[in-house]
Amino acid sequence: MSLFKERQYLRVHVDREPDDSLWMKCKSCGELVFKRRVRENSNVCPSCGEYFFQTSQERIESILDPGSFEPLGERLSSDDPLSFVDSRPYRERVAEAQAKTGLDDAILIGRGSIDGLPVVIGVMDFRFIGGSMGSVVGEQICRAIEVAVADRRGFVLVASSGGARIQEGLLSLLQMAKTVAVRRRLAEAGLPFISVMTYPTSGGVQASIASLGDIVIAEKGAMIGFAGRRVIEQTIAEELPAHFQTESFALEHGQIDRIVRREDLRAELSLALGFFVGAR
Amino acid sequence: MTDERTLDLLEAKIEELRQLNGMDLSKEISRLEEKLAVLRQDLYSNLTDWERVRIARHPKRPYALDYIASVFSDFYELRGDRIVGDDRALLAGLARLEGRPVALLAQQKGRTTEENKERFFGMTRPQGYRKARRAMELAERFAFPLVSLIDTSGAYPGVESEELNIGGAIAENLQTMAGLRIPTVAVVIGEGGSGGALAIGLADRVLMLENAIYSVITPEGAAAILWKDKEKAREAATALQMTAPRLLDLGLIDDIIPEPLGGAHKNPTVTTAALKDTLVRHVTELSAIPLDELLNARYLRYRSIGQFTTRPTNEP
Repeated sequence: MSLFKERQYLRVHVDREPDDSLWMKCKSCGELVFKRRVRENSNVCPSCGEYFFQTSQERIESILDPGSFEPLGERLSSDDPLSFVDSRPYRERVAEAQAKTGLDDAILIGRGSIDGLPVVIGVMDFRFIGGSMGSVVGEQICRAIEVAVADRRGFVLVASSGGARIQEGLLSLLQMAKTVAVRRRLAEAGLPFISVMTYPTSGGVQASIASLGDIVIAEKGAMIGFAGRRVIEQTIAEELPAHFQTESFALEHGQIDRIVRREDLRAELSLALGFFVGAR
Repeated sequence: MTDERTLDLLEAKIEELRQLNGMDLSKEISRLEEKLAVLRQDLYSNLTDWERVRIARHPKRPYALDYIASVFSDFYELRGDRIVGDDRALLAGLARLEGRPVALLAQQKGRTTEENKERFFGMTRPQGYRKARRAMELAERFAFPLVSLIDTSGAYPGVESEELNIGGAIAENLQTMAGLRIPTVAVVIGEGGSGGALAIGLADRVLMLENAIYSVITPEGAAAILWKDKEKAREAATALQMTAPRLLDLGLIDDIIPEPLGGAHKNPTVTTAALKDTLVRHVTELSAIPLDELLNARYLRYRSIGQFTTRPTNEP
């Protein structure tokens, strides 16, 4: 049992910080560790095994064969269909997230290979408005699946999302229906979909595309669930068990197939995808 | 500014005058009735989004069972998910719509505290979604059109719900509904609460009662998350564009069923008639479409939802 907050990622940005220092201090074990080694180790502390936050770009690097990633198609950006303003305009939030992450929205999609096996991959990015799914994320998931069908490749989705994007209202909710409708095409074409759930996979993303993998894998340290902890605590007025909505909770309750360490994810995907080569 | 209380007081006053014997007050009564009509028109014809939210949640609003009794005949309830239990917040069954068999899914709120306890305040649990899926598949086997009556503030958030994988149950329903080889119609009769509503709402036609709401999150939830202030629910209700007229403008629903002035509860008979007419029309229209065409249209409908712009590739 860990002495530290259980299974929560520490939000340490390994190489996003502008400083050029070669070393960083792990917030979990306090060790000074060589930054390059952390990065090569899929953002896992080489000293204590604590997971650091991984961006979508870093994930792609750690999962795909080196240099095999080829971003897909058009660059799409949110259109602010509701002209939504809360404490700040939605457009401002999007622009800020774009500047911060270098992404157009909360997902990166593209072709690539894993141990030589061709795949289409979608990787969500929690830094971009909580990885929330609005029109752009929904559309990009659909386009990725359509390319997978056209190229006859397997599809891998790495989810990291708080759920639907509130600022696009019902349009966001209906992305659940949209991605699921398109997911059926993959099944009809006899192509595999492997869903990887990471921290966090919740709300509208968990209640749609992410739960519909032929194989569902959770990364160690994932949070998996539909409703947020706070909402549930308010409803039932009691404290929740510590391992609630963790990957082991999900496994115990039959919601996922396997738990995989981040360092092993690439080998795991290669192994799993291998079964489907030439299957249909 | 007139409010509902003023109207109630005026109504009570008129009733009081009517009860008085011995004096001819007909002139006074008709004068007050005219005034009431003007005030009522004034209040209800310019409803704000927040006022519609309140009507959608009005405790006297007709619930699913009221419509089941008045719009359909021979409701034959099917209970249980065959795995865990039976959810009383989502009812499933067979019924007749103008004599024709249909499969019915209906989210039901409670009127009393006791009933609300049994029905989890109208919030659906995994048992309910899995029962719904069973009914969907039954309907498909026998080519019954599927009608969903949506009225929930959301899926039930609780430990048991998560243990039973409520998100997975919703996802499975979406996948099933996307491929059902039967005509499907969903009607939001009160609250369309997020994934909890969509789980029985992925249909060929999506209709809303005039004062129903349909949203990705409750106004209170959005206020807490985005404004960090629960008092901002009114603002959130407007910003989320969750009312029937706004969703029709956005092209996300197909038809609005008119309600009497002041809301469905002011005259349930009129509301029932309008709901039945509209429902029959849509089911009849859909039933005339060849199945492959129907499924293709359903696919394109959902595939095309979303608004975005294309960025030039050379932009940073």
